[in-house]
Amino acid sequence: MNALQIKKGANKHSAYNLRPTFSDAVEQHTLAVLVDNEAGVLARVIGLFSGRGYNIDSLTVAEVDRSGHLSRITIVTRGTPQVIEQIKAQLGRIVPVHTVNDLTVEGPSVERELALIKVTSEGEKRVEALRLADIFRAKVVDSTLSSFVFELTGTPDKIDAFADLMRPIGLSEVARTGVAALRRGED
Amino acid sequence: MARQMTGAKMVVQALRDQGVDTVFGYPGGAVLPIYDEIFQQNDIQHILVRHEQAAIHAAEGYARSTGKPGVALVTSGPGATNAVTGLTDALLDSIPIIVLSGQVPTFMIGTDAFQEADTVGITRPCTKHNWLVKETSDLPQILHRAFHVATTGRPGPVLIDIPKDVQFATANYSDAPKKSSYRYNPPVKGDQDAITALVTALETAKKPIFYTGGGVINSGPAASQLLRELVEATGAPITSTLMGLGAYPASGDKWLGMLGMHGLYEANMAMHDCDLMICVGARFDDRITGRIDAFSPHSLKAHIDIDPSSINKIIHIDIPIVGDVAHVLEDMLRIWKARGRKMNREAVAKWWAQINEWQAVNCLNYKDDSKVIKPQYALQRLEALTKGMDRYVTTEVGQHQMWAAQYLNFEDPHRWMTSGGLGTMGYGFPASIGVQMAHRDALVINVAGEASWLMNMQEMGTAMQFNLPVKQFILNNERLGMVRQWQELLHGERYSQSWSQALPDFVKLAEAFGAKGIICSDPADLDDAIMDMIKHDGPVIFDCLVEKHENCFPMIPSGAAHNKMLMGDVSTKDAIKEGGAVLV
Repeated sequence: MNALQIKKGANKHSAYNLRPTFSDAVEQHTLAVLVDNEAGVLARVIGLFSGRGYNIDSLTVAEVDRSGHLSRITIVTRGTPQVIEQIKAQLGRIVPVHTVNDLTVEGPSVERELALIKVTSEGEKRVEALRLADIFRAKVVDSTLSSFVFELTGTPDKIDAFADLMRPIGLSEVARTGVAALRRGED
Repeated sequence: MARQMTGAKMVVQALRDQGVDTVFGYPGGAVLPIYDEIFQQNDIQHILVRHEQAAIHAAEGYARSTGKPGVALVTSGPGATNAVTGLTDALLDSIPIIVLSGQVPTFMIGTDAFQEADTVGITRPCTKHNWLVKETSDLPQILHRAFHVATTGRPGPVLIDIPKDVQFATANYSDAPKKSSYRYNPPVKGDQDAITALVTALETAKKPIFYTGGGVINSGPAASQLLRELVEATGAPITSTLMGLGAYPASGDKWLGMLGMHGLYEANMAMHDCDLMICVGARFDDRITGRIDAFSPHSLKAHIDIDPSSINKIIHIDIPIVGDVAHVLEDMLRIWKARGRKMNREAVAKWWAQINEWQAVNCLNYKDDSKVIKPQYALQRLEALTKGMDRYVTTEVGQHQMWAAQYLNFEDPHRWMTSGGLGTMGYGFPASIGVQMAHRDALVINVAGEASWLMNMQEMGTAMQFNLPVKQFILNNERLGMVRQWQELLHGERYSQSWSQALPDFVKLAEAFGAKGIICSDPADLDDAIMDMIKHDGPVIFDCLVEKHENCFPMIPSGAAHNKMLMGDVSTKDAIKEGGAVLV
């Protein structure tokens, strides 16, 4: 077993060392999937998750290369390491899928989500809403005498935190895009 | 060179260009233009089935027995939905088939038109890939791509849904591009370091075993040849899944027989006790592994598979090798030879001594009877009387299928067609029709149970119309035998709905179709009756009345490990614990 430095008799070592053992710990992973932008491709991806009982925490999809007819699907999913590996392998098997990248394990990446958050309030609470929005660098994109719509970009955690703070102030509606993510660095 | 033609003509032209000689199908409103083109040519023969499900199974039988893709043609709506079982069957067993379905015209899609169904939506999870063709100009390249996708990588079924207006409209036809020009081309070469690691493990292994599956057969004749060479050269024992029978000859002296739930004792014991398991083109199905946490606890496991999702899906693999079986085995053999053909011969000899002890148990032994035909006896006689013939065997699903796998011997790949993954009752008869179409002069036998066989019995019409001398060898126990066996083991012998009541007189049924019917109930008459069946030049229904309550052994009870097999002569009472009872 020299080629892969596997000790003789060892049976808990993967040659590719994708994961040391079958662990039960559930992990969250962000997957970037590049697909041909053709009819039904999103249904194939979603059908895979529902058909095999995998979880989707968030999913975004849009065409990213018009001339090449390529769309990028960013999926945040969770599962044991074995399930995550299986999800990646199953995605890779879909015929119009070009590449599957696990941004969680392939080095540092940036993740951003955009949210539109409507807060309905009056008096002092309106002022507080604006103050908090300023701290979070949220923009006011619509306003009436009794409401604001804020636009906020950030990590999902940041958006969660903002929405939690707005709840007692009069949070009435939230629209989130889901996570878009890219690897850091030049490639 | 661009040629103007209608979409319907393109379909026939593309089939011709792809080397298709046979199409199994059933016409209907939405495919009439294609049928009109089929009418006006002679290169491609159309086999009219009596139900669309049978068209798909026949295409599967054709594909499995030839290694070429099978083709089926069905109409929209019910035609397409009837194809779903066959598509799922082909998906689970990795069989390359191309299904063409008609669709209502594009301008009527979404209006709940007559015989409209969302065919690509319905078949998305049961095909490897599918297409709805919206422009006639896209049709030729989609047709060519469909053949490429179905046959490349891990093979599987594909479906092309063609609206009727697309069939009528005219556009340029284009030829198939080179295979290498497609983006979809999964790698066939395995990682050399991983293959070397496997060879190194093999050189020192004390108790190695090859565990092979349908992937060897799908990889092509070279894979079977290389596997045989590797097994002979290393002297390691070999077992196979239901799907892989014939890749290594049953007469080979390294052959342990099939493994799994109804596999042979020696095969399962060797899998449990081995120290190096080399899985070649198999997928650790639950029928194979039994209880996962007790599966072969002391072995280093290597897995060669073209589909990365098969690796580490169920069982943790130490040496994963993604690649085509033939390519990987070739490299493996080359590296092993280059490193000096080393094996731990002494330890392997000891391993064989142990295996021989297991073999001496003679797990396929059964209590014979001079008055009643035992199903095992019937298959032993069928094997003996057809040995050496140009023989193909299909099966339905159930006890008879397992007995056929145990008692019939296969010397070559592509000779054994059975529904492994999906377990589709009704598969065998139409599959035998597909096989016979591909091998007109061969002896094609469908080993069936009476209940399975009734599920697609309408295909007698097809067999008669096209003079296909398929032999329907029905082991008739007037029971859903496997269901009854499980009810005996798990449900206090309460045989809920597992009788075949109101069975037809199979001889009269055969005669009603103009075929030959044979009935046999006495073991003393069996040989003559089987010879009658073989010699008859035409379809035969052989009604073999067998012991009604025979159980299929050996058996790994659900939820148990490989080394906890039930043999025919032990008490089966309470053999399956509560945890096992919820498994299927």
